[in-house]
Amino acid sequence: MFRIRFTRRLPAVAVVAGLALAVAACGGGSTDSPGAAPRATAEQLNPNADLSKQSINVTVWDGYTPKELPEKVKQKLKVADMKIAVHATNEEAMTKLTAGGDSGIDVAFVSGQYAQALNEQGLLEPIHPELIPNLSNLYPEATQLSYDKGNRYSVPYTWGTTGICYRTDLVKSPPTSWNDILKPPSWADKKVTMMTTERWLALPALKALGYSVNTDKDDEIAKVKDLLLQAKPHLLGYDDTTFGDKLKSGEAVMVVAWDGWCPTTDPKKNIKFVVPKEGSDLWVDTMVIMKSSKNKEAAHALINYILDPEIHSWAASNINYKVPNKAAMDKVEVPEGSLLGIKPAELLNGESIIDLGQGSVKYTRLSSEVTAQ
Amino acid sequence: MKAEVAARPASPPRGRHRLGAFVFLAPGLTYLIVLLLVPLALVLSYVFFQRGRFGGVVYEFTTENFTRLADPLYLGVVGGSLKIAALTTLIALAFGYPTAYLIAQLPRKWKTIALIAIVLPFWTNFIIRMYAWIILLNGPGLINSGFEAVGLGPFELLYNQGAIITGLVYSYLPLMVLPLYAAIERLDPQLREASANLGASGFTTFRKVTLPLTVPGVLTGCLFVFVPSFANFVIPEMLGGGKTLMVGNLIRNEFLKARDWPFGSALALALVAVLVLLLVAQAWAARRA
Amino acid sequence: MRRSRLLHIPFWATLVFLYAPIVVLVVMSFNSGESAYTYEGFSLKWYGVLAQNERVMDGLVNTLIVAAGSTVVATVLGTMLAVGLARHTRSRTLDALALLPAVLPDLVLAIGLLVFYGLIQLTLGVYSVILAHGVFSMAFVAAVVRTRLAGADPSLEEASRDLGAGPVTTFMKVTLPQLVPGVVAGALLAFTLSLDEFVIAFFTIGNLEQTLPIVIYSMIRFGVEPQINALGAILLLVSFTAVIVGQRMTKIGEARAQD
Repeated sequence: MFRIRFTRRLPAVAVVAGLALAVAACGGGSTDSPGAAPRATAEQLNPNADLSKQSINVTVWDGYTPKELPEKVKQKLKVADMKIAVHATNEEAMTKLTAGGDSGIDVAFVSGQYAQALNEQGLLEPIHPELIPNLSNLYPEATQLSYDKGNRYSVPYTWGTTGICYRTDLVKSPPTSWNDILKPPSWADKKVTMMTTERWLALPALKALGYSVNTDKDDEIAKVKDLLLQAKPHLLGYDDTTFGDKLKSGEAVMVVAWDGWCPTTDPKKNIKFVVPKEGSDLWVDTMVIMKSSKNKEAAHALINYILDPEIHSWAASNINYKVPNKAAMDKVEVPEGSLLGIKPAELLNGESIIDLGQGSVKYTRLSSEVTAQ
Repeated sequence: MKAEVAARPASPPRGRHRLGAFVFLAPGLTYLIVLLLVPLALVLSYVFFQRGRFGGVVYEFTTENFTRLADPLYLGVVGGSLKIAALTTLIALAFGYPTAYLIAQLPRKWKTIALIAIVLPFWTNFIIRMYAWIILLNGPGLINSGFEAVGLGPFELLYNQGAIITGLVYSYLPLMVLPLYAAIERLDPQLREASANLGASGFTTFRKVTLPLTVPGVLTGCLFVFVPSFANFVIPEMLGGGKTLMVGNLIRNEFLKARDWPFGSALALALVAVLVLLLVAQAWAARRA
Repeated sequence: MRRSRLLHIPFWATLVFLYAPIVVLVVMSFNSGESAYTYEGFSLKWYGVLAQNERVMDGLVNTLIVAAGSTVVATVLGTMLAVGLARHTRSRTLDALALLPAVLPDLVLAIGLLVFYGLIQLTLGVYSVILAHGVFSMAFVAAVVRTRLAGADPSLEEASRDLGAGPVTTFMKVTLPQLVPGVVAGALLAFTLSLDEFVIAFFTIGNLEQTLPIVIYSMIRFGVEPQINALGAILLLVSFTAVIVGQRMTKIGEARAQD
């Protein structure tokens, strides 16, 4: 009985397995293999290309570029169309850009170490500086970023650091150290949040212990894990996106935050940002052009347009992010309490997070271990 | 029409039967083979390959993905998810059984209304329903305001396992009530009367007559609640504050964050294996009941 | 009797549990204040804010396209599959295959399709979600239609065949008319399931599109916004109406089929 049933099913199983293997074999050639990460090679681009035959698709964090940008770009650059897709996190953007098939994206906004990873995978078109004259608006410091020295495949859009954002009226004493987050005093118990994205989850503990943010030493990561696990029972939660709201509502009194997302300009004036004494990172959000793009001239034109002081200063004036664009920052009035005043040289004191290649697996595991327990 | 004309003269009844089978089954089965079986077979085959650095796979054979499953870290996550799903199922059963029992005894008209009332929330967007719970359970949220009004709290209601279980029970309770109702409704009321006439108390009748006869319904309901709870990743993420990792989150993270597809596939396989075991156990228990 | 009065407690507790969040959501959607937690007075302003939210509107359009497309695919293929399985074969394996998508965890189907689409280098878009939703919707349509078929009289079909009609003619003239209520119910079910589906869409949608559940999910990730209350209230109204209309339709269909 058993055998009859089995033999009947066997052909069906064989057919399916055969099909799967055939599909796998066909697709196999296009899947990347490690070590052979092809370096991007520059394509010949035509500086006089007819942009009205090109249209640009951009993926970016929600609200990170002006709402009217597509309209303006269509008018100014005379491109056929521009569409904006949004992602919530770097990780989401990476999924979009690496899932296989044509992502349909021409220009992507991702953080520096993710741009580096995309480039190592051979997914990025090198930047053609001759098509982006506005690169000269950048601070000299902005061409010396360790994930991509000389801006070969990425152009910085915003930069800043990570620190503690807190409610002046709800803390008994202002935080000064990462340990204030990792071992919160009793009045802050369960009123603290930390970030979820792997590298930033580890950052406070790495710095508190005096390690590099780019360490891949097992013993150091093990100590970081212990510290993070010790901190976990005292947290409200892990949060990358709504820590500002939790602070405003008073659910949280101290949160790990990127400077631009710390709502220091809230009308109630009760929120402040501090870089802990142990130091922090320098993060950069960049613009990259995908190798698969069929609209590379228009993509360059878009980046050039964004580097225009008029447009680039929008990010500083409206969403409180520092931009690495001297011409743009010179136009911005820095409101009281704002973090826009931090100078590029001070920013460079922060340690730049770079992609760790195979070492990044250790941080994935660290983050699973911390959240699982 | 053409096919039919062509087929009519030559084919004997049996052949025509075959043709019918082909005409009706081929489109749907092709669809299921291409978009269900091939993808599943792919996931299965990926388990034996190594991860590509940025997602995808490298076609080199390895059994490492299986050995990694035995890691206490991942076993712990599976165990934790089993616990959460089991608690969810028990709570749903505790509320669902009496509810179904009562509905089954209502007059016909009220039965329909009560059933619709139970199922209705199920048909509204599930993310919106979870959002409503965030509003209710939040620190400054409504339940805490209620507590504060009587001088208690505020309590930590959101961002813990209790919140996750609340969300899961809320989402899948109707899936418990419906099969229970179907089972209780089918019971012959004379059985209970007979039991009562023989002098059994209400509780004894329930324990000795009603409950054993509705065991298949209980098992189905438990399965319906357990399966989606166990594999969930959205509710732990929204209501758990990122502090609890369930198998679903782990699989999602391996695919979308860590981009380790082979290990993600291994986890998915483990998930399916657990569920198949449960199905088999359920079928076995139902046959014995 | 006394026992069943005792039963009222868990019954009402269940109802309160099920409806409390919904009531709160609807009430707060009319809040005039900015806070998601404290009610300050009646206003429709969040409905206005919502109407101007392009992402929500685009998401709604995509969701409707996906639901309509996958319902058509699932209804046609699922009905044929049900007839084929019930009348033309006795394979238990095929029965199980047809039910598989309905019992398989959505996450597993989602990653399977992600891997498959990636491998054949398919550019994702709305249509890749339509294909994906077709898979599980088909299982539900087939299941509903089969229950209906079980109640249909096979002797009519036999008579039709004995009179020389081919399988297609028999299906169109004899079987299908008996199945209409089941097909309609199946299609409604497929449509509603697709409207609400999040996990599979999240994994298989293109970069430039979002369905409504995905839009809501990403809005919530960026914080509690009162306009989500308004959106929730509207969606509640729509699905409540759909369920009640669906209920009526099936009843009328059943009544007619019994005539």
